[in-house]
Amino acid sequence: MNPAELKPRDFKSNQEVKWCPGCGDYAILNATQQTLAEIGIPRHQTVIVSGIGCSSRFPYYLDTYGFHSIHGRALAVATGVKTSNPDLSVWVATGDGDAMSIGGNHLIHTLRRNVDLNILMFNNEIYGLTKGQYSPTSPQGLKTKTSPFGSLDHPFHPIELALGAGATFVARTMDSQPKHMKKIMLAAAAHKGTSFVEIWQNCLIFNDGAFKNWTTKDMRDEHTIDLQPGQPMIYGTNGDKGMLMDCHGSQVVAPDKASIWDPSTPTPMPGFLMANLDRETDRPRAIGIFHDVEQETYDQAVNTQVQNVIDEKGEGSLKDLIYTPDTWTID
Amino acid sequence: MTTDVITQEDVVIRFAGDSGDGMQITGSQFTETTAIVGNDLATFPDFPAEIRAPAGTRAGVSGFQIRFSSGDIFTPGDTPDVLVAMNPAALVVNYKDLKPGGIVIVNTDAFTEKDLAKAKMESSLLEDGTLSAFRVIKIDINTRVLQALEGSPLNKKDVLRCKNFYTLGLMYWLFSRPVEPTLEWLSAKFASKPDLIEANQMALRAGYNAGDIHEIFQGRFTVAPMADLPTGTYRNIMGNEALALGLATGADLADLKLFLGSYPITPATDILQYLAAMKSHGVVTAQMEDEIAGICTAIGASFTGKLGVTTTSGPGVALKSEAMGLAVMTELPLVIVNVQRAGPSTGMPTKVEQADLNQALYGRNSEAPIPVIACAAPSDAYDCAVEACRIAVEYMTPVMLLSDNYIANGAEPWRLPVVEELKPFKVSRHKDGETFHPYGRDERLVRPWATPGMPGLEHRIGGLEKEDLTGNVSYDPENHQKMVEQRLDKVMGIRKTIPTPQPTGAESGGVLVLGWGSTYGAIHTATARPEKPGQTVAHLHLRHIYPLPAGLEEIFARYDRILVPELNMGQLAKYLTSEYPQFRFETLNKVMGKPFKAAEIRIRVTKMLEEQS
Ligand SMILES: Cc1ncc(C[n+]2csc(CCOP(=O)(O)OP(=O)(O)O)c2C)c(N)n1
Ligand code: SF4
Ligand SMILES: [Mg+2]
Repeated sequence: MNPAELKPRDFKSNQEVKWCPGCGDYAILNATQQTLAEIGIPRHQTVIVSGIGCSSRFPYYLDTYGFHSIHGRALAVATGVKTSNPDLSVWVATGDGDAMSIGGNHLIHTLRRNVDLNILMFNNEIYGLTKGQYSPTSPQGLKTKTSPFGSLDHPFHPIELALGAGATFVARTMDSQPKHMKKIMLAAAAHKGTSFVEIWQNCLIFNDGAFKNWTTKDMRDEHTIDLQPGQPMIYGTNGDKGMLMDCHGSQVVAPDKASIWDPSTPTPMPGFLMANLDRETDRPRAIGIFHDVEQETYDQAVNTQVQNVIDEKGEGSLKDLIYTPDTWTID
Repeated sequence: MTTDVITQEDVVIRFAGDSGDGMQITGSQFTETTAIVGNDLATFPDFPAEIRAPAGTRAGVSGFQIRFSSGDIFTPGDTPDVLVAMNPAALVVNYKDLKPGGIVIVNTDAFTEKDLAKAKMESSLLEDGTLSAFRVIKIDINTRVLQALEGSPLNKKDVLRCKNFYTLGLMYWLFSRPVEPTLEWLSAKFASKPDLIEANQMALRAGYNAGDIHEIFQGRFTVAPMADLPTGTYRNIMGNEALALGLATGADLADLKLFLGSYPITPATDILQYLAAMKSHGVVTAQMEDEIAGICTAIGASFTGKLGVTTTSGPGVALKSEAMGLAVMTELPLVIVNVQRAGPSTGMPTKVEQADLNQALYGRNSEAPIPVIACAAPSDAYDCAVEACRIAVEYMTPVMLLSDNYIANGAEPWRLPVVEELKPFKVSRHKDGETFHPYGRDERLVRPWATPGMPGLEHRIGGLEKEDLTGNVSYDPENHQKMVEQRLDKVMGIRKTIPTPQPTGAESGGVLVLGWGSTYGAIHTATARPEKPGQTVAHLHLRHIYPLPAGLEEIFARYDRILVPELNMGQLAKYLTSEYPQFRFETLNKVMGKPFKAAEIRIRVTKMLEEQS
């Protein structure tokens, strides 16, 4: 099929979209439809898998193959899909609760296996669908319906978690920057292996403004640094600040002293350093591509192994399987 | 020197020793050879619960029972004729099961003070008269093995490890079996370690020759090959292997590739292991991070057009139950195998029980009907696995296949199917040219299977209630009622494709013994040879448990009383009572982690018959 023929609207399903008006999910949906159109993989070769949550409604709104599974299990279902048919382009829409609490086990294991999936994790630091309980990414002290006196849990830092689990592609973007979202989604799609993309998503009903210090127009340039492969690490409203990385860590410097960002080092340490910025209040938070390395994918490895055995032993027949050498006959 | 050879029809031997003594290998080698000789046979391995229980203790005793016969047999036997006890713990744990007058063979070199203490025995059973009802044959096996292997390059410890093959040789002599199959097996097994081949082969031969030379026994026995076995090709098979082969066959008959998503758990792990070795047949196995991932990958695989399978035991089914509901909602083919083990929670993983029937029938939220079928014996596991695959692909449904520990690890001769005669399944695929409705249904209420990659059939499925036809999300009250009913009716419709099982034994009157699963052998033995001649007893066995086959009422009505023996507290009986309230299902329940003895069933049947008259 000629990719030029595909338009974002080709990916719109006939289902009415049912998120709260103003929810960040709308922007993510738009960016995804644009990305899919631009990639140009035919609709029937694309599968969207999700778990349960507001974010997991995603497959219904895309006119591709889709599987809205059960809470936390999207990655396991998607692993079965991709391993069974590596020709498919498989995307996973999941939430911070879906991916990091109930589905945390599947997340780390999918990342270490490097299944060729594109994971979009909508992080709103809250359980949206169940109407506002604290999530594993909620900051300590957050007052929610189940933490009226402030949550006591220490949160996960999704980027660190993914890097720690051996992810081969880790990136972050935000609902309020459609262009950046699309750029990151395209990079995720281009990456062979598990692409983990954290998307800061505003839940205006239950956790409004959770990311406002980094996502609103007047804040984001000053408070975020976009990690762009091969580019100097410059940020600030006027591009007046640089980030220098050395063996001691990272420090803010003049733009001309800034390091060139390289997410493709075999070690994820540079990515960790940039993820660690989240823990400091007086420094920007990083978005963009934290880590991007190549490694054999699980789905390929599984199918290659099957093929190798067939090449070596010949294709087995049912008869060989059942009629082993240790049989005897009674006539 | 010649020794008398006495022909026996039916013999039960139990090999028992410390888990380090190699009793499972001894037993399975005896089994392989006995299969080649042409006897019918049944085996029952009994592993210790711990992989490495302290040596010499009662907890560390590992047993392997084999019964072989020149006639048809269905169980590994109630009471052994021969007990081989490699140490005091093995003796004390097992001697009470022995037939009066039976033979006990003991390794006297393992009866030192220290050995007795490990087995917590105050005095030696060999000396205190406990064994007076048996013929005790004392052999200094360690000493003899050391003598036989003098000059071996192996160190003393490794030489002594060969004592199980010495014992095996002795048993081959005693029961007139050839040593060659085991000699060959040793050559293949230790191909890279010639010293081990030689040592074990020498030990085997020495044991065999000892029977001739040393006049240990007063006579030797033979069990003639089975005369009236149906013609065909046979092989000896264990339940888990048969089940794995059945799954592979089922996928083949559906012309689908098999995908297994699984997580290791006793006693189901072997199935994953067998299938993992079938790569040249295009089988894909994924050992996942947990049972939930196991079933969910299988569901994902089925969505893309493979035959998804997941294998586990009861605790794993508990974890999978939410995803089983997802498979019900998405109406995808899926086979879920539960090789049952004993007890709630972790229970007794290496022991047998059939107490997961309620879980199979009811263990899901809301109305989530899943067909349930159960294997009766190791070779039947093959047929049942094929049948589970058939139902899954023909009806687009998850299917629960029940086996258990006793079937999984038991062995028997299996008459191989003639591959060319197996009938392919009709997979419920979307047909080109027809309008595609993801939740449209054919006359059997089966929805069409369309898989990613097919142009123009893009659709979304999931766990939320589906609108009839379109498959869109729906909260409509009438629609929900309709969908719940359709899912149920579809599964109940499977009944049309399953035969009514026929009872064996008496046509009517007396007692009908009704069973399911691995109690088959014990019930069959008990009813085929009732305690007293002339007793009117019949046996009916259920393979399909949900839906039940049609026509059972007519069968039940022919008998005065119905007895349901189960290795649980009466789960089938309760279920049947709810389905057929007009009949009374009497129970015989055993939950000791052990299979029924035929005698236990016979005694109960006799009592019921006496009460009648
Ligand atoms: C087994 C199970 N447990 C709990 C729920 C209830 N539940 C549904 S979504 C959800 C949390 C969703 O949070 P998140 O993944 O962050 O998604 P969001 O709605 O915020 O996009 C919970 C607890 C469920 N559906 N299934
Ligand atoms: S509850 Fe929050 S996350 Fe869910 S749709 Fe509404 S705004 Fe979006
Ligand atoms: Mg959330």
